[in-house]
Amino acid sequence: MSLAENAAPASDGFWQDSGRTGIRSWIFSTDHKRIGLLYLYSVLSFFLVGVILGLMLRLELMTPGRTIVDAETYNALFTVHGVVMIFLFIIPGIPASFGNLVMPIQIGARDVSFPRLNLLSWWLYAIGALIVLASLFTGGGAPDTGWTFYVPFSARTGTNVSLAVFGVFVLGFSSILTGINFVTTIHRLRAEGMNWGRLPLFVWSLYATAWVQILATPIIAITLVMVIAERTLGIGLFDPGRGGDPIMFQHLFWIYSHPAVYIMILPGMGVISEIIPVFSRKPIFGYKMIAVSSVAIAAAGSLVWGHHMYTSGMSDTAILVFSFLTFIVAIPSAIKVFNWVSTLYKGSISLEAPMLFALSFILLFSIGGLSGLILGAAATDIHVHDTHFVVGHFHYVMFGGTGFAFFAAAHYWLPKFYGRRYREKPALVAWALMFVGFNIVYFTMQVLGMQGMPRRYYDYLPEFAQLNLVSTVGSWILASGVILMVANLWRGLLQGEPFTGNPWGGATLEWSIPTPPPTENFEEDPVVTHGPYDFKGTGKP
Amino acid sequence: MSHAEHKDNEGAKLGMWLFLFTELLLFGGLFILYAVYLARYPEEFALAGAELNVIYGTANTVVLLTSSLFAAMAVTAIKRGQKGATMTLLAGTLACAGIFLVIKYVEWSAKIHHGIYPGSEKLVSGPPGESVFFGLYYLTTGLHGIHVIIGGALLAWIGAKVRSGAIHVADNVTLENGTLYWHLVDLIWIFIFPLYYLIL
Repeated sequence: MSLAENAAPASDGFWQDSGRTGIRSWIFSTDHKRIGLLYLYSVLSFFLVGVILGLMLRLELMTPGRTIVDAETYNALFTVHGVVMIFLFIIPGIPASFGNLVMPIQIGARDVSFPRLNLLSWWLYAIGALIVLASLFTGGGAPDTGWTFYVPFSARTGTNVSLAVFGVFVLGFSSILTGINFVTTIHRLRAEGMNWGRLPLFVWSLYATAWVQILATPIIAITLVMVIAERTLGIGLFDPGRGGDPIMFQHLFWIYSHPAVYIMILPGMGVISEIIPVFSRKPIFGYKMIAVSSVAIAAAGSLVWGHHMYTSGMSDTAILVFSFLTFIVAIPSAIKVFNWVSTLYKGSISLEAPMLFALSFILLFSIGGLSGLILGAAATDIHVHDTHFVVGHFHYVMFGGTGFAFFAAAHYWLPKFYGRRYREKPALVAWALMFVGFNIVYFTMQVLGMQGMPRRYYDYLPEFAQLNLVSTVGSWILASGVILMVANLWRGLLQGEPFTGNPWGGATLEWSIPTPPPTENFEEDPVVTHGPYDFKGTGKP
Repeated sequence: MSHAEHKDNEGAKLGMWLFLFTELLLFGGLFILYAVYLARYPEEFALAGAELNVIYGTANTVVLLTSSLFAAMAVTAIKRGQKGATMTLLAGTLACAGIFLVIKYVEWSAKIHHGIYPGSEKLVSGPPGESVFFGLYYLTTGLHGIHVIIGGALLAWIGAKVRSGAIHVADNVTLENGTLYWHLVDLIWIFIFPLYYLIL
């Protein structure tokens, strides 16, 4: 790749130091930093694919009736948008890219516990992604089930569901291997003095995430196997005509897919917990509570899957219990938000690009989280279930939350690895466009949902036309912000001003090593003597 | 990575145990369905369960337990530096895996011969609980059979490494992890056997 030659300024670090040359030095490298960048390029590419599909969806919904595509294509579009964004971008997103890049350095290790397994996990990701892509163009056409693959429709539709489901199965394998690798690494490879109370909060969040990946992903794997068996062998486990029960599919699916929501958001929260104290010049408020709340979210979040199924047919007792547990999850989430805000209080705040993304995360995640409670309460859920309110809600949490955290992490950490930085002004403009556009797109959706517009519908009543137009215009603003941000990052990281030292004054270990980091990360095994947010002596007052 | 290798055996074992959790949970999904459908169709499950051959099931249980014994002995042997004994014991494990698969093949063939397989006319027109029972039976034992094959292949690869001297008395964590996996395959069968052959 030509990136390698252009990227590194004077000190070349891990960019130069490799036994192989060309693309082979990347796709066969077991260096956690190279694997992290491979993941970064992959997930970012799929994010852009997902954005294009999302723009097409909004364009179709701009006016009632047919706008650009027919109804079948629309079904395929929202399915593929969901599958790409969930399984190819947001689940591997932060843990596999920034987790791989930063986590081993933050705990003072030279690499992860199983470097070859790490590479295998990227390969499985790539293979899974290819299989998913192949399913779009082969067989009976792109899947049209929605990303949830609900039976009985997924068992009967003539589109290429089996192949897509198999691709997701392979992606799950990749996710499990990353989880196993991270848990083992965090247990075994912490440097001397890096005890659990000095672990950066990003590492804590990755630790909780990795456990969810290990414990929840196998359930989706077996569920997907059953869908494939249903389609190919007619095994009948979900077919009511043969004694099966489609509701069991929903239970099994959400036993994974709800905890998966925390696979997506927890690492994002970890990023925010790193950035807020650094740009407030203040130690994090409530370190222990934030660390414990990550684990608490992972644990409680594994018991709430039923809240996706209030209208599917469950006993009232079950609905009550799931609703109660859902409200419990709000507590550790709120603990984090309050602690971030308390960290800001009387801090010396500098509003640079990473901080702006982090601050907007807090706002957008709060809106998403609180609208989640409207859905978690059984009575109100009946009104807004399967409406655009749900679409607005999860985009606030996933895109406004995890997405913005991903971009915050990109602006915060990538200069460290490229040794060059983006320009600040375009980054601020991009952030502003994205923040404004985002709220126009998704807040409008929440209003539309309250008014009763269902999700996944191709056509709608004329009274929804005005707000749909507003939402679509918002999507253009949002997309222009995304394009500007990616272009600015791309250009800046390859050709921008040199980036050296520790300009933001971070106290975690990655800021103590040369830029870009050397292949071995540390010249000598580090001995940690201070906490991750102890800013004394980091060069900034 | 180019720097001096320092092997972390504890880490390798921790990683393997985490992986075994995921395998247990994979089968856990099938056991959940078993529990739900058993509660829904207790009588039909009892009738269908009676059609399974307890002798085949028992024989396979004995075979797998023996294979696990050989695997455990292989670990002891390599720790004593007995290369030849290790390879013989691993071969014993593999032989048991082969016998298990042959018995399973005979059992499945007999069932299929009697018109009991997913989507067969007999099951489709019969009571729904029976169709679900055999759907689960084929899926669970089939998935377990795949794990027997994977575990066997893993142990064969490890046997080759023992032979070439890559795994030896001072560096045997790979063998230990391989046998851990084999014990998992055994353990899952220990749950399948009573659930499908005995308690119904």
